[in-house]
Amino acid sequence: MRQILMREALREALFEEMRRDDRVVVFGEDIADPMGGSYKVTLGLSTEFGPLRVRNTPISEAAIVGAAVGAAITGLRPVAEIMYMDFLGISMDQLVNQAAKIRFMSGGQVSVPLVIRCQGGPGRASAAQHAQMLEAWFAHVPGLQIVMPSNPADGKALLKAAIRSDNPVIFFEYNGLYNVRGDVPEPEEDVVEPIGVAKVAREGSDITIVAWAGMTRMALQAAEQLQEEDGVQAEVVDLRTVSPWDKETVLRSFSKTKAMVVAHQAVRQGGVGAEIAATVYEEMLDQVDVEIGRVGAKFSPTPFAPELETQIVPGKAEIVQAVRDVLSRTARAVRR
Amino acid sequence: MATIKADKVLPLYRDMLRIRGFEGKATKLYEQGVLPGFLHSSVGQEAVPVGVSAHLNKDDYITSNHRGHGHVLAKGMDPVRMFAELYARTTGYNRGRGGSMHIMDFSLGIVGANGIVGAGVPIAAGAGLSFQVRQTQQVAVSYFGDGAVNSGAFHEGMNLAAIWSLPVVFVCENNFYAESVPQAYASRVGIAERAAAYGIPGVMVDGNDLFAVYDAAKTAIERARAGEGPTLLECQTFRWSGHFVGDPGVYRSKEEVEEWKLKDPVPRVRTWLESHGVKAGELDALEAEVVQEMDSAAERGAEGPKPDPSTATQDVYAPEGVAQA
Repeated sequence: MRQILMREALREALFEEMRRDDRVVVFGEDIADPMGGSYKVTLGLSTEFGPLRVRNTPISEAAIVGAAVGAAITGLRPVAEIMYMDFLGISMDQLVNQAAKIRFMSGGQVSVPLVIRCQGGPGRASAAQHAQMLEAWFAHVPGLQIVMPSNPADGKALLKAAIRSDNPVIFFEYNGLYNVRGDVPEPEEDVVEPIGVAKVAREGSDITIVAWAGMTRMALQAAEQLQEEDGVQAEVVDLRTVSPWDKETVLRSFSKTKAMVVAHQAVRQGGVGAEIAATVYEEMLDQVDVEIGRVGAKFSPTPFAPELETQIVPGKAEIVQAVRDVLSRTARAVRR
Repeated sequence: MATIKADKVLPLYRDMLRIRGFEGKATKLYEQGVLPGFLHSSVGQEAVPVGVSAHLNKDDYITSNHRGHGHVLAKGMDPVRMFAELYARTTGYNRGRGGSMHIMDFSLGIVGANGIVGAGVPIAAGAGLSFQVRQTQQVAVSYFGDGAVNSGAFHEGMNLAAIWSLPVVFVCENNFYAESVPQAYASRVGIAERAAAYGIPGVMVDGNDLFAVYDAAKTAIERARAGEGPTLLECQTFRWSGHFVGDPGVYRSKEEVEEWKLKDPVPRVRTWLESHGVKAGELDALEAEVVQEMDSAAERGAEGPKPDPSTATQDVYAPEGVAQA
């Protein structure tokens, strides 16, 4: 199979969906050519599809999302870009009170088929306002779908699904993945992955690691290290959709391994990992001794200095350590 | 006044009476404690939505705000289903999920009253974008109050509509109080003047004068339909009630309220009709008929069933698969 970069895979998804459906429009800050997006994901779109369907916007995040809402409920399928996840705060009302709720409030009269693409995340010394992972904010809001792919094939197939979805989708692209290369099926195959379905990215029998976006890659690397150094077979579940999340796949994996670590780059306190851990406890407590560890960023804004940033944001080493901690607790529990 | 024909005025007068009648009936029911939630009355402001809607087609869209009964009635909503929604019945427009502040009917182009001040401005721009991309002749009207013009969403949405020349008309019902805060306190400039900042026409009219609203809205809507871009239309008016039904309105003087009641938009139209040959008896009959229509609508609205509790979480998400087809 051919290998392409994550940013190329996402771009292909946009081109293919715009060709397939003339209701798809794309707008956001700096997305038109010659700039083609701050990270070049939209490069070439405005040249092929023209200024009616592909537009730059002023720096107006509330209007970008608001216009996407208005367009979505009147017949278009807008894909709007908010340049950084950190900037979503400016458009919060339109996301949370409008996009997420219009279908419900209307008694099911209408759907809100929009996609908000945004990128960001830690690891590039971008400091406190350009490096956050904010999926937990939106996972708290019924009506939104939060998609966070970890590789080029999923990135493309899930972005296509997001554009075809009748529900509002916030599509988070972890910046550290843009230059990751991976197998991606040919365009003719038109592969679309379902939203809300996790994937077992690596099979294992000793412990389940649940992760998404950039953390899935680190979980896979941690699993390799654990196999080599500890002989531990870790199963990695790539959640892919953070809300609504795939309980079934996570519980199925946990039923097999009976131990779990949930890992994310977002702040640990109030994170999505807490929700997943609590759900597994509730569902599995009667059946087995439940041992779960959580990995997340320290309760701090992201510092600028690279040596400080790595203190705050977890990676492979923290996942390995969390797995070892959980397994040692499990061993103690078994001895009891 | 200049452009309207006499035979067109009577139906508009009826529309104004229906808004006043609906609000009167809803207020009475609310005060009796039979309607849940809260209620915002638009009595005193009837000329604005009637003068604007006179130029709208069924497939044109409006965004409305918390004080939206007039906007949606003028756009064609059925008071029976409106009352049913106010009673939180399944026969209501939103099946009891929305209430007064979120009332919607997409088949009439009513994309919703809105509980968030200013939120409808960028949404209307988005509807305008939709019409522009699909190259239809539709327009979107966004109704909001003087309170909305100081929100970020207003500024961003106005600017976006202006730079893209979207077919949108922004109608500000300036009733001089944003809840309790006077408009003159909240801004150093007049509302219509702000249009200059976006490079679009800004027009200020007496919002209690149906004919003035009618003429200004006609120009603005024709301009939008012709692809010439948005207009900001400021209609100066006054709400007779407090911000919500039950608000005593301690922030306004009795004299001010009484003064505005003398400028009541409804009798002004009646006087015009009488002076153009419509018999007083005919107008009296029309008024009585509207009162009866609203009494009956409220009664029928209340007859609808209450929602089944097991349906509480319905319609959070659309069933998927539709779009894939």
